[in-house]
Amino acid sequence: MIDNAAVELSRLQFGLTAMYHFLFVPLTLGLSVLLGIMESVYVMTGRVIWRDMTKYWGLLFGINFAMGVATGITMEFQFGTNWAYYSHYVGDIFGVPLAIEGLMAFFLEASFVGLFFFGWDRMSKLGHLTATWLVALGSNLSALWILVANGWMQNPVGAVFNPRSMRMEVSSFADVLFNPVAQAKFVHTVSAGYVTGAVFVMAISAWFLLKGRNSEFAKRSMTVAASFGLASALSVVVLGDESGYTASLNQQMKVAAIEAMWETEPAPASFTVFGIPDLAARETRYAVEVPWMLGLVATRSFDREVPGIKPLVALSETRIRNGMLAYGALQQVRSHPDDSQAKATLEAQVKDLGYGLLLKRYTDKVTDATPAQIEKAAWDTVPNVPALFWSFRFMVGIGFLFIAFFGFSFWLSAKRLLDRHPWFLRLTVLILPLPWISSELGWFVAENGRQPWTIDGILPTFLSASSISAGSVWLSLGGFVLFYSALAVVELFLMVKYIRLGPEAEASGLPSTVGDQARAGE
Amino acid sequence: MDFLDYATLRVIWWLLLGVLLIGFAIMDGFDLGVGILLPFVARSDGERRIVINSVGPVWEGNQVWLILGAGAIFAAWPAVYAAAFSGFYLAMFVVLCSLILRPVGFKYRSKLEGRRWRSAWDWMLFLGGFVPALIFGVAVGNALLGAPFAFDDTLRMTYHGSFFGLLSPFALLCGLVSTTMLAMHGGTYLAVKAEGPVAARARTAAVFAALLLVLLFAVAGAWTANLEGYRISAGLAHDADSNPLGKTVLRESGAWLANYHAMPWTMAAPAMGLLGALLACLAAWRRREVGAFLASGVSVFGVVATAGVSTFPFILPSAFDPASSLTVWDASSSRTTLLIMLIAVVLLLPVVIAYTAFIYRVLRGKVTDRQVESDHFSY
Repeated sequence: MIDNAAVELSRLQFGLTAMYHFLFVPLTLGLSVLLGIMESVYVMTGRVIWRDMTKYWGLLFGINFAMGVATGITMEFQFGTNWAYYSHYVGDIFGVPLAIEGLMAFFLEASFVGLFFFGWDRMSKLGHLTATWLVALGSNLSALWILVANGWMQNPVGAVFNPRSMRMEVSSFADVLFNPVAQAKFVHTVSAGYVTGAVFVMAISAWFLLKGRNSEFAKRSMTVAASFGLASALSVVVLGDESGYTASLNQQMKVAAIEAMWETEPAPASFTVFGIPDLAARETRYAVEVPWMLGLVATRSFDREVPGIKPLVALSETRIRNGMLAYGALQQVRSHPDDSQAKATLEAQVKDLGYGLLLKRYTDKVTDATPAQIEKAAWDTVPNVPALFWSFRFMVGIGFLFIAFFGFSFWLSAKRLLDRHPWFLRLTVLILPLPWISSELGWFVAENGRQPWTIDGILPTFLSASSISAGSVWLSLGGFVLFYSALAVVELFLMVKYIRLGPEAEASGLPSTVGDQARAGE
Repeated sequence: MDFLDYATLRVIWWLLLGVLLIGFAIMDGFDLGVGILLPFVARSDGERRIVINSVGPVWEGNQVWLILGAGAIFAAWPAVYAAAFSGFYLAMFVVLCSLILRPVGFKYRSKLEGRRWRSAWDWMLFLGGFVPALIFGVAVGNALLGAPFAFDDTLRMTYHGSFFGLLSPFALLCGLVSTTMLAMHGGTYLAVKAEGPVAARARTAAVFAALLLVLLFAVAGAWTANLEGYRISAGLAHDADSNPLGKTVLRESGAWLANYHAMPWTMAAPAMGLLGALLACLAAWRRREVGAFLASGVSVFGVVATAGVSTFPFILPSAFDPASSLTVWDASSSRTTLLIMLIAVVLLLPVVIAYTAFIYRVLRGKVTDRQVESDHFSY
């Protein structure tokens, strides 16, 4: 049987290691493209300062990239180590984009990153530029395939349940690939990465300008980052709206939870800017609402309704009852493969089998569940409303702030006034943490909002875990916390050191070999 | 594509699994081996930087063979992925931690000048090479012995062993085989890429590692011949939906030799493992570095292939409940998924191999002191 403590610890471990991994990914996505742009200017104009810019930002890119690679392996392995039943149940579909990611994207990125660093003197200008762009292409393709996999968890299209192998199997790979949720998430996530890269370059350049160092270098870097950042910040918001969330029941539940909207409102629904969601009373107090906005954004229409939490729970309850029929029929089919009536029932209800599995938390005999158990399971489909409500609002707030910030930066750079206003430079340094905060909030909204499922409507989280002991997960979780903390200290230390050294270090030839005559370690 | 029926696709994917694991052992194997040798073949900081930079530009791409191997097992053999990764939970955690040491070790080691800082990272790079090399061998050993797992009727796996249960004498012997194999492979690579005393020590290391490998591989082979292997006795259609509970499995002493009896040409695999290592030893001794590296690659190919040939059609047998064993015929993905993945591999793997070859061409030549010193990006 499944150990609930092991499930909760595995969730914590996956959440923490994923959020840690995503401290490094957005910067890789954004900086790799910025490196491509800077080096393109160098190749086109032949001006050495652009090569130096590429090399210096590339150095910082490398420090970050190593951590991204290191922590990425953990993500792939954890599906097998901690989520073995998940791997068995959906590996037939979910494993494919992961494998293709390695084959098409990560190979490209990891192979050419070596040439980016070590190929400067070994290749023609154009050859090296190609290598740099291939790194950027690889990292972006990598995001595409990972988000195809993740999008399928949110909106599992193109797959059917096979009672003989007791798992989901692919029925249309095209549907998996062109999943609208995956496409929307890809553009949103990649754009957020570009914003991160742009803010990083802006903030460090602003710091140089405040210190009166490398002003030609810094101004040029800021000019590139300002226009790139503006385009990306617009793309994050415009292409990241909630329209992708309407595809399925669970996604609708996610929207309702994000909005803390308990009842269905007449269309078009209003958007709650502020409020205090009350879980016990199942209502939202002190709500301040903007009429029409949610309905327009979420349905892109004036007349389609955005369903509230309570009617969605009622819908879930119906689906759980269907799921009980499906579960009973499945057991019958497995013991009597020739029972055609059971087969027909299973076929009719199989889309709700996952809802039946939700009852496994309360009873082993799913088919005999009591009305009270069914109601509890139906309310389990509501994710953590206050957490989602607030995370979403902070993320969106930061998103709009970036549009304003980059709009202003772009205007300053067009007027060639980037270095004229110390308050602007100070502000630019101060906002450095914001893209990371909003990225993490975004993942929290997406993945916590997916609960109680790992695969929306198909496989509940508590059934997805491996049959491992809580003790083992405590060990690995503790190990990760210690190990990752130490790595974070080292990474930040080196990053700060090389930022302080600045592009001037290029000339002095650091790092150098020490104590060549003496034996190391003596 | 009707000629690719389900059974054929399963065999193709068993072969591709071998291709990916051999690709990993040959490509990432030499830089893991270089990590193992790092503290022993290089003494001064300058020498160590030559060793590290000999794999510096390429190890990252090489490691993708591992990522891809794991991803391909996930996609093509999901039951194997689930059973092996969760069953060997703590061992996997240790492998992960040691693999994580590598990207940061390579990148960060030479970014500061402190002698203690660099020496600490050198030992971490050693662990990053040694621990995975050892544990992957131990894992293969446990696959030959069978792992203690079983499936219930919903195909949920339960595991009935412990971390220390993995460390039986036979499994440890297999761990030593893989460690000496990668040390040999790394030594021959370093002999090609380095100069002077580092190259000389690497050559010596390769000679000894290759001899040791011949000895250990022969012992492990003799031991395997007498192991209680596994044999499918009934109830397994080759083209049915994947469900590992529909068969019966017998344990028999010497069952791991059955394939060699039935198809004597498969003896080529262990022969390549042994002769490749002997040839690598001889060539390294005679200072034919490139020849030694190639022979070592042949040996790695043979050793990994031997494990596959011995156990076919089993991928991960169960010692606890032999009927739960995972085989080529009942642990794969659906036919559609195997086909999609095959198309992806056929289209993309040649491209990967082509640009990998291009990159090695650009980076050809020996790594020298002066190069390491003058390049700002050197590790």
